[in-house]
Amino acid sequence: MAGAKIIVVGGGLAGLAAVIKIAEAGGSVDLFSIVPVKRSHSVCAQGGINAAKNLKGEGDTTAQHFDDTIYGGDFLANQPPVRDMCDAAPGIIDLLDRMGVPFNRTPEGLLDFRRFGGTLYHRTAFAGATTGQQLLYALDEQVRRYEAEGRVTKYEHWEFLSAVLDGNRVCRGICAMNLRTMEVRTFACDALIVATGGIGAIFGKSTNSVVCTGSAQSALYQQGAYYANGEFIQVHPTSIPGEDKLRLMSESARGEGGRVWVPKQKGDKRDWKSIPESERWYFLEEWYPKYGNLVPRDVATRAIHKVVYEHDLGVDGQPMVYLDLTHIDRATLNRKLEGILEIYEKFVGDDPRDVPMKIFPGMHYTMGGLWVDFKQATSIPGIFAAGECEYSYHGANRLGANSLVSCIYGGFVAGPEAMKYAKGQQKSAAASSNGHFDAEKKRQEEINARLMKSDGSENPFRLWRELGELMTRNCTVIRYNKNLKDTDAKIVDLLGRFQKINLSDKSAWANTSFVFARQLYNMLQLARVIAQGAERRNESRGAHYKPDFPERDDANFLKTTKAYFAADADEPRFEWEPVDTSLIKPRPRRYDAAK
Amino acid sequence: MAERTVEIHIKRRSGPSAEPRWEEFSLPWKPGMNVISAMMDIAANPVTRDGKTTTPIAYDSNCLEEICGSCAMLINGKARMACSALVDKLEQPIKIEPLSKFPVVRDLSVDRGVLFENLKKVKAWVPVDGTYDLGSGPRQTPTKQEQTYPLSRCISCTICMEVCPQFNESTGFVGAAAISQVALFNDHPTGAALKEERLHALMGDGGIHECGYAQNCVHSCPKEIPLTRSISRVSGDVMKQAIKDLFTT
Repeated sequence: MAGAKIIVVGGGLAGLAAVIKIAEAGGSVDLFSIVPVKRSHSVCAQGGINAAKNLKGEGDTTAQHFDDTIYGGDFLANQPPVRDMCDAAPGIIDLLDRMGVPFNRTPEGLLDFRRFGGTLYHRTAFAGATTGQQLLYALDEQVRRYEAEGRVTKYEHWEFLSAVLDGNRVCRGICAMNLRTMEVRTFACDALIVATGGIGAIFGKSTNSVVCTGSAQSALYQQGAYYANGEFIQVHPTSIPGEDKLRLMSESARGEGGRVWVPKQKGDKRDWKSIPESERWYFLEEWYPKYGNLVPRDVATRAIHKVVYEHDLGVDGQPMVYLDLTHIDRATLNRKLEGILEIYEKFVGDDPRDVPMKIFPGMHYTMGGLWVDFKQATSIPGIFAAGECEYSYHGANRLGANSLVSCIYGGFVAGPEAMKYAKGQQKSAAASSNGHFDAEKKRQEEINARLMKSDGSENPFRLWRELGELMTRNCTVIRYNKNLKDTDAKIVDLLGRFQKINLSDKSAWANTSFVFARQLYNMLQLARVIAQGAERRNESRGAHYKPDFPERDDANFLKTTKAYFAADADEPRFEWEPVDTSLIKPRPRRYDAAK
Repeated sequence: MAERTVEIHIKRRSGPSAEPRWEEFSLPWKPGMNVISAMMDIAANPVTRDGKTTTPIAYDSNCLEEICGSCAMLINGKARMACSALVDKLEQPIKIEPLSKFPVVRDLSVDRGVLFENLKKVKAWVPVDGTYDLGSGPRQTPTKQEQTYPLSRCISCTICMEVCPQFNESTGFVGAAAISQVALFNDHPTGAALKEERLHALMGDGGIHECGYAQNCVHSCPKEIPLTRSISRVSGDVMKQAIKDLFTT
């Protein structure tokens, strides 16, 4: 079959990486995105991208990168794909370098590398403190080139609603909605790649962008796709609390020497400057002498939580600790961290070159996501997934600067695999029966009509705030079964209240409340997967921590959680799948000593 | 004591051809509020100052960290990003309007697709041979990287175009953002392969000669990109290219 047609949903790093591979191989792509792809959430990644290039004479290897990633993820990731990603990473950096990413350089003109959490090597290439932005732009530019050549058609300001599945539950296309005209339309394809990013909005305030609702993943889960390891949520240790969102303070601040501390004395009212060195508690350095401030994120987050809530030592009695860069000279800070320091300055009003930053952990990333096999294929034939929306590379905890590499690598695998699948199809999607397309469109239009007619009293934005507070309280740093059970019951209650929603805006043009309400329903359904998955996993592993089950339990839980949607009961069901640990034997994970 | 409030006036329009109207809101003040969080508060309680139920405001936003470039609007008459517009630093009532040089979609949301079309016209990319393994890119001194990086930080917010007196329908001026990308890619060792094509794209109607050196762009850029420096460099190159064209055709 000539000229395979692939649909890619999501224009962040993973989606664009897939698009480039498909266009290069002669396929044609329809690219769907809620926002212009250049505005995707990947721009927010700050610190860098990992690859064992070993340009610092440290003897770093891709095998070491692989081991750090598996160990950092507490052995929950299937190992073969992670090994392949780490092996591919140096080549990905070279490619990005050729595409013109302005990576920081050494005096000799080679790529510079910094240290990040969970490793003892300088393995992170970076472009100032806006690496994600620079990488996304590089791929965006290549896609624009293909767009100008007519190989790629962009559908920006369109939202994915569902997949079109035929009678054999095979994907034949998608159903999407134009966010301006509100038109619902179906589009045929030979294969679909979903690269729709994170789910931060389920937690209300997070470091994620507004579009990261997880709505697409949830829709596919409700259509029968497995969702894996949903309970693994990364809470970033250093975020800046804000009214509208939590802004990330990159791990690179610690990679470049930033130190985390609190005053030793409870209720210390002194200005930070008048607190002498001996009266400051550098608790990460004390507890984890080998890795110091660069322990993995879950470890740092729990430590900060403990210092604030158990030792009651939060700065000014608030849930905050200092992240201090003031001992580093301004020129170095400007050269290596300017982008992130600017964020703090702009949004808080203090200059972190002069004053220690006040930070606290915030929801940042989902390790869990759509289940995929080792070729990025989801459990629905014809649908592939790449990037944060799938689960496969980070196990129970993601290491800093591994997300960018997993996005691009995942896209680079998904693109060619989708092409291969498309070419193996018996008949092209366009030739298959129209009935499934019409039926899916009708189903979506009915959902829309119901929502528009609904004249209850519930405001969708207020329901969302309740969901966010609930999930942040019970499904992030510390988890108790009683609270998780309670959370699920409350989500069911919110789903009930959703039926009594009132859209104050009933117009049929660029109706953002309406679009948001549709996303909210999908968030609620996916939130149950997170809460119930967490409740079922009675152990502590990576980002998932239960004080009642403080140890990792390989005998019972060295398993992937697989949730599927039971449509008749309107709730998630769970299965377990063994983890492929064929390459590195699981061993205890500890950061207070060298591995 | 009366509760502290924030007064916000928003210029609204229900669609591209609808008449604009102003709506006034009075919101409970919260520490650290910005224009976006104010808009979120309105969505959660869409009621005007005089108690009339209304609809949530339509506006463009995504990252809320001033890096995605979505939320540019006019705030107290100034084109800026709404996410970094802190309420405590703004004079009240805060007046919010959509950018004026782009078609309004609804309320504060505008269509800025023209910039992305312009980036296509000037071929703002490095023409790599392919994504297969070809080894590392060209070496570059740290000094060179430090010159290039600022230009690469353009977030496509279009504020430079909004504030430019020459950016309007009669000139069809391409605007500072796209010109600065030409400077960026012409300067790249591989990107330079398309240098002539880019310079040609900046000749003729709407080209670089439309720039009137008002310098509003460089003063308004939220990323402090040296846009006027880019424009003068590219301008010089376009002149040289035009002369060269004279002798080669």
